[in-house]
Amino acid sequence: MFSLKHAALCAGLAFASTAALAAAPVKVGIALDISGPFAASGAEARDGFNLAIEKLGGKLGGVPAEFLQTDFAGNPEQANQLVSRFIQSDKIDFFTGPIASNAALAVAPRLFAAKVPFLSSNPGPSQLAGKQCNAFFFGQYQNDTYDEAAGVVANAAGYQRMMLVAPNYPAGRDHIGGFKRTYTGQVLDEIYTKVGQIDYAAELALIRSSKPQAVFAFLPGAMGINFVKQYVAAGLSDIPLVAPGFTADEDVMHAVGDAMLGVKNTGHWAHDLDNPANRDFVAAFRDKYDGRYPSVYAAMAYDVVMAMDAAVREVKGDVANREAVVAALQKADYGSVRGAFRYGANHFPIQNYYERVVAKDAQGRMTNTLVGTVLKEHQDAYVGECKM
Amino acid sequence: MNTIFVIEQLLNGIGYGFMLFMLAAGLTLVFGIMDTMNLAHGSLYMAGAYVAAKVHAGSGFFVGGVLIAVAITVLIAFLLEMVIVRRLYQRDHLAQVLATFGIILIADDLVHALWGPSPIMAPTPAALTGPVQVLDGLPYPSYRLLMIGTGLVVAIGLYLLVNRTRLGMLVRAGASNRRMAEFMGVRVARVFSFVFALGAALAALAGALMGPISAVQIGMGESILIPALVVIVIGGIGSIRGAFVASLLVGMIDTAGRAFLPPLLRAVLPPTLAADLGPALAGIAMYLLMATVLSLKPAGLFPARS
Repeated sequence: MFSLKHAALCAGLAFASTAALAAAPVKVGIALDISGPFAASGAEARDGFNLAIEKLGGKLGGVPAEFLQTDFAGNPEQANQLVSRFIQSDKIDFFTGPIASNAALAVAPRLFAAKVPFLSSNPGPSQLAGKQCNAFFFGQYQNDTYDEAAGVVANAAGYQRMMLVAPNYPAGRDHIGGFKRTYTGQVLDEIYTKVGQIDYAAELALIRSSKPQAVFAFLPGAMGINFVKQYVAAGLSDIPLVAPGFTADEDVMHAVGDAMLGVKNTGHWAHDLDNPANRDFVAAFRDKYDGRYPSVYAAMAYDVVMAMDAAVREVKGDVANREAVVAALQKADYGSVRGAFRYGANHFPIQNYYERVVAKDAQGRMTNTLVGTVLKEHQDAYVGECKM
Repeated sequence: MNTIFVIEQLLNGIGYGFMLFMLAAGLTLVFGIMDTMNLAHGSLYMAGAYVAAKVHAGSGFFVGGVLIAVAITVLIAFLLEMVIVRRLYQRDHLAQVLATFGIILIADDLVHALWGPSPIMAPTPAALTGPVQVLDGLPYPSYRLLMIGTGLVVAIGLYLLVNRTRLGMLVRAGASNRRMAEFMGVRVARVFSFVFALGAALAALAGALMGPISAVQIGMGESILIPALVVIVIGGIGSIRGAFVASLLVGMIDTAGRAFLPPLLRAVLPPTLAADLGPALAGIAMYLLMATVLSLKPAGLFPARS
């Protein structure tokens, strides 16, 4: 029976629920490597995320946002459990965070099935660029590209015989594969170490006995710190190191010390890239974190949050419409710290790759300085395998 | 694969073996004399590593850091012994394992609360970051030479202590037959405390020295405890001489496995497969050695018990 009381009650409830919907914050799940084999890099990423969150005042696209930062200890199984919780109980709208490709590959299927956009803050496994590509994944770079640039650098430096070292997990295999794609000299041996390996005495003895002209080493985070320290301690510093940026970034070089000076490395970003977004980012980072320079992990983390911000603004806060969010992310209509870029068909960027060298800045502080551009508007090698 | 390579790997194996010896010596004495399985030995190793790393990073004194780490760990060991371990001497092995495993969990959480979950960097002392020309064509890391040197000094010191002093004689008597030693008037409780403290000091020393070349993180004690247990089983419970021989054997076999197996496998298998198989097979080598020794000498190489 119709009554004024009932009508008022229903109207009141309808308004209340609309108000509740409008106030629902955007939820971002961030799986961090605070402990585990990639802890050093994960701490850098966390600093980048926090800087961006602080800059945006805890909002994305003007809409209040909740950032759920949780440590998964670099363990892919734990990452899976965390992502399940993020999807089912927290109902996240975006996901980012893991440093390593093995964790990314582990959690990606679940996220794609739940239609949650996965913005990579580092990993760029070849599988997600090629055969397993998906509209809901956005890469920062594809793993091989760093090393394709390193191969060009090695060729230019005239290194004819090289030893290659990387940890035995998807990114390690990608990186060595990428290097071999462009390197024209002779590969004496490919050494795959254990992820999280600390003691490289056996591998260093092998390098010494093979007498290469240079060594290519992809060993991010703590692995790189230990490898380079032991490399120098074993008296091998006469043999130059060529590396993708990860082996020679801020987290590694300060722990190693002056022995790191002169190591050539490659990357898709450098702190001295001259564009407004990067200048802002580096200045804000150095201001917030006691004058230290950001590493590429911090830069990518910051960039991811900025990309989310632009996408949410584009869809005017309606993050439930996932297809619209993906289209907005693909537009990438924001000032990236790496400068201009665009996405390829597999949602991996087409961008420049630079050569950097570890040197001291004007104040005597050790950091990576830009040498030049190695590859212009370079696309990854797997886009052809992607059926999107 | 030439002579330099073999010699370098030999030195690596000896270095690792000596570190294992320092850990195993304390473990075997505690097990041999007090018949107490002390799993928390690994936590003492971790405590030594953390304290030494923090003191060295903060003050720049490496030797000071090591000594302070040993002193603090011995203090912790005394406390542990008084509060928990003393009550375990009369209990069965299962109770001892459970209790000391509980200590491991508490220690891990304590370290987590004090220093956080991330691994910490233990810097190599500045004077020892470069190589020493051991042979023509072999610059060997000077820090590892320090480890080998310290291990040798500790081994000789322990030998003299156990075989040439009165205290050592009491320790050997207790290891050989505890009841008889008690009946003969040996102050068993004091010997126990001394042995426990000595074991803790050695574990802390090993931890402090291993810090710069391994990861100082929660759980580091457990990962070296397994090889240490293998060593004391192979060497014979309660025997220092057995621990010495067994630790060198295990150290060299483990290093040889990691050094020579991967190149051999890479010659016949694709590199990534060789990289998967190599460490796995090398890890098995230690247990194969244990199985072989036990099948020939079930009580270990030099059993102390009569």
